[in-house]
Amino acid sequence: MAHAYALPSPNEPDDRRRFISEAEEQDVRTRLEQSWEEGSGLYAWLTSTSHKSIAKRYIVTALVFFALGGIEAAVMRVQLSRPENHFVGPDLYNQIFTVHGSTMMFLFAVPVMEAIGLYMVPIMIGTRNVAFPRLNALGYWMYLIGGVLLYVAFFSNTGPDAGWFAYVPLAGPAYSPGKRIDIWAQMITFTEIAGLIGAVEIITTVFKQRAPGMSLNRIPLFVWSEVIMSFMIIFALPAIVIASGALAADRLVDTHFFNPAEGGDALLWQHLFWFFGHPEVYIILIPALGMISSIVTTFTRRSIFGYPAMVLSLISTAFLGFSLWVHHMFATPLPQLGQSLFTAASAAIAIPTGIQIFCWMATIWSGRPRYTTAFMFVIGFVLLFVLGGLSGVMISSIPYDLQVHDTFFVVAHFHYVLIGGAVFPLWGAFYYWFPKMTGRLLSERAGKWNFWLFFAGVNLTFFPMHFLGLMGMPRRVYTYLPEMGWGNLNLVSSIGAVVIVASAIVFVGNVVVSLRGGTPSGDNPWGASTLEWATPSPAPIYNHLFIPIVNGREPLWTNPPGELPVVTGLRTDRHEGLITSLMDAEPEHRYEFKQPTILPLILALAGGGSIIVAIFTPWGVTIGAALTLLILFCWFWPTISPDHDTPRRHPREMP
Amino acid sequence: MTRGNPERVAAATLLVALVLLGCKREQRRFSDMSRPTASDNGIIMSELQPGPAVIHSAVQNSYDDNAYAVAEGKRLFDQMNCSGCHSHGGGGIGPPLTDDDWIYGSDPQNIFATITEGRPNGMPSFRGRIPPQQIWELTAYVRALGGLQGKAIRTTRDDHMMYKESEQARNKGHPSPTFVPSK
Amino acid sequence: MTCARPRIPCESSVRHSVIALAIALSGCSGIQSALDPKGPKAAGVLHLTWFLVGTAAVVYVVVVAMLVWVLRRGSQSPVDLDPKLGTEVTEHHGGMKTWVVSATVMTTIILIGFVFVDLSTARSLSTVGGAAPLRIDVVGHQWWWEVKYPDPNDPQNDIETANEIHVPVGRAVLIKMKSGDVIHSFWAPNLDGKKDLIPGHETVTWFRADTVGVYRGQCAEFCGYEHAKMAFYVVAEPRIEFERWLAQQRAEASTPGDSLAQGGERVFLSSSCAMCHSIAGTGAGSNNGPDLTHLASRRTIAAGTLPNTAANLESWILDPQMIKPGAKMPANRIDPQSLRALVAYLQELK
Repeated sequence: MAHAYALPSPNEPDDRRRFISEAEEQDVRTRLEQSWEEGSGLYAWLTSTSHKSIAKRYIVTALVFFALGGIEAAVMRVQLSRPENHFVGPDLYNQIFTVHGSTMMFLFAVPVMEAIGLYMVPIMIGTRNVAFPRLNALGYWMYLIGGVLLYVAFFSNTGPDAGWFAYVPLAGPAYSPGKRIDIWAQMITFTEIAGLIGAVEIITTVFKQRAPGMSLNRIPLFVWSEVIMSFMIIFALPAIVIASGALAADRLVDTHFFNPAEGGDALLWQHLFWFFGHPEVYIILIPALGMISSIVTTFTRRSIFGYPAMVLSLISTAFLGFSLWVHHMFATPLPQLGQSLFTAASAAIAIPTGIQIFCWMATIWSGRPRYTTAFMFVIGFVLLFVLGGLSGVMISSIPYDLQVHDTFFVVAHFHYVLIGGAVFPLWGAFYYWFPKMTGRLLSERAGKWNFWLFFAGVNLTFFPMHFLGLMGMPRRVYTYLPEMGWGNLNLVSSIGAVVIVASAIVFVGNVVVSLRGGTPSGDNPWGASTLEWATPSPAPIYNHLFIPIVNGREPLWTNPPGELPVVTGLRTDRHEGLITSLMDAEPEHRYEFKQPTILPLILALAGGGSIIVAIFTPWGVTIGAALTLLILFCWFWPTISPDHDTPRRHPREMP
Repeated sequence: MTRGNPERVAAATLLVALVLLGCKREQRRFSDMSRPTASDNGIIMSELQPGPAVIHSAVQNSYDDNAYAVAEGKRLFDQMNCSGCHSHGGGGIGPPLTDDDWIYGSDPQNIFATITEGRPNGMPSFRGRIPPQQIWELTAYVRALGGLQGKAIRTTRDDHMMYKESEQARNKGHPSPTFVPSK
Repeated sequence: MTCARPRIPCESSVRHSVIALAIALSGCSGIQSALDPKGPKAAGVLHLTWFLVGTAAVVYVVVVAMLVWVLRRGSQSPVDLDPKLGTEVTEHHGGMKTWVVSATVMTTIILIGFVFVDLSTARSLSTVGGAAPLRIDVVGHQWWWEVKYPDPNDPQNDIETANEIHVPVGRAVLIKMKSGDVIHSFWAPNLDGKKDLIPGHETVTWFRADTVGVYRGQCAEFCGYEHAKMAFYVVAEPRIEFERWLAQQRAEASTPGDSLAQGGERVFLSSSCAMCHSIAGTGAGSNNGPDLTHLASRRTIAAGTLPNTAANLESWILDPQMIKPGAKMPANRIDPQSLRALVAYLQELK
């Protein structure tokens, strides 16, 4: 049973509230199921605009890419386990580390963080779908095509081989013959379009579709993190779109962006790339920080301490993240005074992240921790990320960086912050939200094995690399001489990789077994406080039966169970949602979500196909533009709503 | 995850197919001792034949479809100072290589023979001076200069001042054998 | 060890020895190690390293201790009145606020200290440590190092060699670097941090070797297939030996002594070798590949990949692709007799 407030105005007496009867609930449920039902079968799957269905595909695809990236890493570790090893030759090794980096950064990390947002955020803010459902589907198809493009290329010996950051002139037309780098540049186009689409979705949905009463200072911290990530995406991704476009143009149509002999500059590439590349890692980190807030809240049963400080530190991290990029270029001939500013900024960014960690610790202090697997991953995060962050502060120092730049010390640093800072929280989020997505609990016992193997494996693999870097081992080397004395530590590192693989196998096994026969979870197995736990598990396609009304940061803790206030009166025969205002989430008007359609797939195929053609001839751009125009015509063709002539009623008059 | 994913099956099939096909353009053959040291039969230096004309097929130069080989040929073209006479393909002391007149034939085996044996009126013989594998790479590049390779195989601009349009930008070549120097 | 800054507490020598021991056990005092400085720049960076590592280790221990403490204190928190409900505010509120604020302030102070130490170290290391530095020009190629010693007074005295740099002990060396193709990075960790070689830019760095010895460096910016095998050696020797080496390098190639070596010279000049390599005093003058005039005076061949012995030279000449696949030097068909003569000739080029 749920309370139903008919959007009361402040002056109306409380006895306007009424309880919704079982019969009314069942009636609404039946109608919603009918109107939101997408059917089964291939065509339904291809035309789906359900945000959960699309996000689930994103997550599964991203995990497949994660596995592929992991296999590439394993191959590298085998090759490096002994000096002068002949497991793979230099050409294949170069392709492998390039594809590993590109997969992890472009095809796994950002998409999965966006995907968890696209899945959870609408449920957490109490709406039925993202703002632009068809655009959401388009984003997924573009991402899929981009990833498949990269791997089809890789498997046909056309994988890019100049590193995931593809410095020119090595990646330029003179020193990388063939189409390898062109494919990389266009893969970027696909993934960046998908990324921008996801960002637009999240921002619009969060700003305009929150449950009434969910003012900005009541938004869950995870939702804040997704919004901030999305803003970062919008400001950072254009830099790499420009950079990869310029590189593709240099390689295809003889422009001279990066040709010093004709007025270009090799350093221009580095600036453009790293202006994107540094915020990219914060784009990956910030949603993970949001996930941690959700997990800590639930498993300590306390609201996160210092909510305003948490939000402001996320925002400052995002801002500061744009002022660090030159720390990747300390070895270049940029003026030292300028470089020093980036030293200071790189050190400063530790402060907001530190504030986050201190606030979580304060929350744990005041709460009662429950050591579920998700919470263990949070502890693992602190242990690994702080270590990585400290090595990061070390390399913000220019003299020190000049010794360890482009060595395995840096490899150790970024794997600690990326795995510790992003993958561990992500795994915690899987264990936390798996019941909500599937209706079943993951095994806690297997989860503990998963955690400990992963934790041990990461330390075993990456801690020795700190020493290897200081001992002189550069990165991106396919082999090394025996007399260098690096063999033992490399062997230890490779053994660690085996342990990580074992932990991945445990995880996959856990998921497969739990999907079939795991304990059913119920609505709210963890006793959590945010809105996604107010709806059944797995969440129905329309998310909430009625749009909830929010009166605090922890809605399920401030209202008696089963007595959550809701909004009634939205149409059930159409896909209708509620639009609310930005600051205080006061209801503004109704909104109709677009129905399933094949157009996103068609646009992705047409646009994607022409982007792929553009690898070989500039005519691809022309054809693509024409086709896109045509399809967008169909997309935006106006439809007249049957209600068009009905006089608009004020929201407060809705029954 | 829950429903069957035909997309993924299709993608997997495509991948398998492509692995089997490979991609000749992107092969990097570093050490190719199997390249023939002398051009095989098939060199024709005259339009005239007794009796009915028999079309002799060109020797398969596997470097013809290989972008890496063409790029190496470009590097060697400068390093072996072919530009000294042929000036990046435009000609000068020697005839241009970017036009459609192929005095000694445009087939790979003809070009190989030209470089290896030398030619009257000033083309030196590079036999013994440039290893056969590199001469085949130069052959591939010379054909690219003449617009005889696929666009994706030909080299693009280099990182120097732009003295001519890149090999990729030019139009396809239509070689006509002129067995007389065009002067 | 001296302290980086008087205000910051000195590392205890015990901590130093423990860390040094631990690291030495992993075999890191080596010829390409940042932990084994042989000159003032690397030494300055190592001091900074100890400061950074020490402070970071202390901070890490403190953070982990804090985590353990809050987890334990947390488990002693009162049980919720209603298991389904959490609470927003607890009695610790004032303490929590103090803690977060003071931890943040401490972090900020430590970071400001870091930045200060970083910048002052950078500043002190940027001034060239010595008057009248020796000038060396380095050009990076895929995948070898072209090294030139320009003589400002007489260009006839310019020296060109490859993959090996000799420097006099105790004198500052100024290196000006250009790239012949892609971005490389010059890095000899025992002596100095790295500096990139970027086409279109000339970059400058300096170092000084204060101990006699041989130190290895390696390219540290991915530059293609054989980036892993693009090493060089820095030989720091007393001034007299250095002058002797300079004089020897200035000379033209020695004429071959016996008939085997003479045959080898003929092989060199009549085959593909002379198309890419130069030997001063002969007709071979190409600069596509390294200058070989004094090949026999170098410790290694193939950019630090193999020791300079007859057997290694033979394997390298016969098929460089077996050793460095992707290298620009092709495989050569050459009969064993000619190969032996050629190698004998090359070994006389001191």
